[in-house]
Amino acid sequence: MDFVNQLQRKFIDYSSSLHREGIVDDQFTQLRKLEDENSPHFVMEVASLFFEDCEKLINNMAIALEQKQGVDFKQIEECIHQLKGSSSSIGAMRVKNACIAFRSFSGAQNREGCLRCLQQLSHEYSLLKNKLQTLFRVSVASRCLYVCLVIFCRENEHAEPFPDVLVFQLEKQIVAAGGSIPRVH
Amino acid sequence: MDKGLPAKREITFETELFGSKTFLIYVEPVFSKAGETIGINYMGMDITDQVRKRERMIKIREEIAVQKAKETELNRTIHITEETMRAKQMLATMSHEIRSPLSGVVSMAEILATTKLDREQRQLLDVMISSGDLVLQLINDILDLSKVESGVMKLEATKFRPREVVKHVLQTAAASLRKILTLEGNVADDVPIEVIGDVLRIRQILTNLISNAIKFTHEGKVGVKLYVVPEPPFAKEGSQNGSAGSTANQSTTNVPKEETCTSTSQTSSDQRGFHGKKHEGSCQDSSRSERGTPVTNGTIDVTEEQAELPETTVWIRCDVYDTGIGIPENALPTLFKKYMQVSADHARKYGGTGLGLAICKQLVELMGGRLTVSSQVHCGSTFTFILPYKVSLSCDRSDDADDDLSDMDDHGATDDDATAGFFQFQPRTLGSLFSSNGSSRTQNLLAHNIGYVNSHKINGFSENCYSFPTSNGQTKEMDLFEDACSVAEALEISPEPESSFSHSPDHDNESAICRDEHHHNVVNAENKVSTRDVSSCSETSREVDVKVKITEPQLPAERQGRSDSGFQSTLNSSREASNSISKPKILLVEDNKINVMVTRSMMKQLGHTIDVVSNGVEAVRAIQYHSYDLVLMDVCMPVMDGLQTTRLIRSFEETGNWDEAAKAGIEKPSPSSDSLQPDCTPPRRIPIIAMTANALSESADECSANGMDSFISKPVTFQKLKECLEQYFP
Repeated sequence: MDFVNQLQRKFIDYSSSLHREGIVDDQFTQLRKLEDENSPHFVMEVASLFFEDCEKLINNMAIALEQKQGVDFKQIEECIHQLKGSSSSIGAMRVKNACIAFRSFSGAQNREGCLRCLQQLSHEYSLLKNKLQTLFRVSVASRCLYVCLVIFCRENEHAEPFPDVLVFQLEKQIVAAGGSIPRVH
Repeated sequence: MDKGLPAKREITFETELFGSKTFLIYVEPVFSKAGETIGINYMGMDITDQVRKRERMIKIREEIAVQKAKETELNRTIHITEETMRAKQMLATMSHEIRSPLSGVVSMAEILATTKLDREQRQLLDVMISSGDLVLQLINDILDLSKVESGVMKLEATKFRPREVVKHVLQTAAASLRKILTLEGNVADDVPIEVIGDVLRIRQILTNLISNAIKFTHEGKVGVKLYVVPEPPFAKEGSQNGSAGSTANQSTTNVPKEETCTSTSQTSSDQRGFHGKKHEGSCQDSSRSERGTPVTNGTIDVTEEQAELPETTVWIRCDVYDTGIGIPENALPTLFKKYMQVSADHARKYGGTGLGLAICKQLVELMGGRLTVSSQVHCGSTFTFILPYKVSLSCDRSDDADDDLSDMDDHGATDDDATAGFFQFQPRTLGSLFSSNGSSRTQNLLAHNIGYVNSHKINGFSENCYSFPTSNGQTKEMDLFEDACSVAEALEISPEPESSFSHSPDHDNESAICRDEHHHNVVNAENKVSTRDVSSCSETSREVDVKVKITEPQLPAERQGRSDSGFQSTLNSSREASNSISKPKILLVEDNKINVMVTRSMMKQLGHTIDVVSNGVEAVRAIQYHSYDLVLMDVCMPVMDGLQTTRLIRSFEETGNWDEAAKAGIEKPSPSSDSLQPDCTPPRRIPIIAMTANALSESADECSANGMDSFISKPVTFQKLKECLEQYFP
């Protein structure tokens, strides 16, 4: 039981830290609420889509900024606009803020500033990606473990007492952390 | 003398009188004053004794050293033995501790395998499952072996039907067969319908031998043959040494009380012994007469001598044969040794722990039998074990299933099953077999997982090729259960099949409960659905349509109104055209895929499906051809932004024609197409909500100036959408 608790705690702590550090904001919490039995992996799927999108846009911007003939700042602005929209939708706060900063430089057509911003943006994106992937791993693991535990203790009624109270507490913890409980009745 | 230096030496003389004597001779030169050597002084000392003492000392020291070495060695051995004992004990305890949670993990992994996974995940999961199974098997083997070795193994004596056991073992093996092999079982007619023995152990042995046979056979067949034989010679010997069985207690559970023969209460080793004058006459007579007439008909036709005896002993021989790779002669002697496999290559190629045969041998011998093997390389092998079984005469005639056969009951075993002697399992004819036998068991096994199984689509284990009719929703759920259960069950060819059976009586009640729980689930689902129904006045069927995503698109029509269908998880809810009639049609105009995904998901939670287009031109076209009740319009879009789009739409609504749009380059809808309202009535004004990235006042003014009714600032949240919908669809 201990390790399940630990895993749960790890998940809760980790996801709190993401919020504290500003890596994700309330919008992310909203997304988590959208997970249910019809779409149990919604957040992961949206996040994956976002990662793809983000990488592509960052790439495009990098290429645009490298153009010797002249930087197409309009294209860059469009990319930033897209990225800002996406990151805001999924709650990637720091990425969004990086976009906002980026926009002012691109509006001023400041190539050096843009390069710096792009770097910052890349950095924030990598950070986000790492953190979210870790979070997903822990979340999946703890979900698996939780279900496993429930199934196991239902099957082994004569095993060590594993009162439903404990199970209920686990469920509360998971929900409090923003996770969802697979329906095991 | 030449060197001018003194010297001393030991010289040994052999004397006749005193044996060998050793003298120390010391010689020194004498020098004149001038330095010339003029002579020598020599001294001799008899040091014989000292030499002898010295030698003895050396010897003694040597001996002491040897002794010490021996002691250390012995101590170490004792240590090692002690530690081994402790380790074994700990291993047994730990294995038991490890086994329980590990089963949990493996079961869970199997269920996980039934969910939607991408290829990489599935591969990882497969590895997980096979590794887990392997470890479980290993642990079970270790536990069994240590139990048998430590002598704690108790033998049971229960009535069972050999034909059913054989059939069941073959069935289980066939279910998880991944190769094209034929499995057959042949039980001779003279084998009694019911015998008394330790059915669990026998099944364990059979399963082990069969799985070995399958493992090492790549084509052809694997089979079991069961027939009665006269009492084998080895049973007569070893009458005095009950070593193998002396530590085994025979707990007789179902033996009728009126036994007069004392032998039944003795250990199995005595049983096979022919003790001459030791026992009561009647007993002896029976066994002798038993031997005398080779029991061709060991069921009920007992001679008068045995009439008073409730039991007789029959020796049944079981051959497990295969057309596999065979075993080389030199490997035969070590075959049954622990941890031995035929070769290191074998171990690597075929896996396994090398414990199986050792366990089998121990068990067979414990029960008073013998396990032998004969084989030919590349042709096949046959493992044979002969065991004595008691046959209870009084019950043989009874056809009704006894309450003792708790582990056979849930088969719904018919008389045919009891007497059928020949079974064959061809590859790929498993579907029917399982559906008939599995249905009674499905609710018993994993009954409590119904809710969970329900929520996942079963798409794994295609290699087991079950084909179940999916004619209607109800059957489909049952099939889902059967799939999950039989698949989960088939994966356990563990030597402890009793787990699957011992559950059944307990869960008979649960099956009723779980059906109720299932309905409870359904009721919950319905409640959930209705509470989510915020703003739409839709019927339950439509809600179900939205809530319950079905995999096969052609089923929705059937599923309308069936709220107890299985929940499926798909995110491909991209149904551009809504099926229903009075649900508000909502159009989302947004180019950012992620925003689309999020918005759609939120709308789904609010109970709406939406159509999506990605720019203004497409939006206009959509409105030309369909009637929408609400439009969510992103402001910044490529090709045509939200403001211009709104202007065009408003112009149509005001003028009744699409001239403005045509000016902007969008063709008018063709008159024959299903465009909107008849021309006499002016087009209805559609509420258009702007979705703006910066909700500053300039944007708000611009939006309303262009004809938008309201705006939502991004990022789009659940609350915002909800309020918006409430406003326009109260």
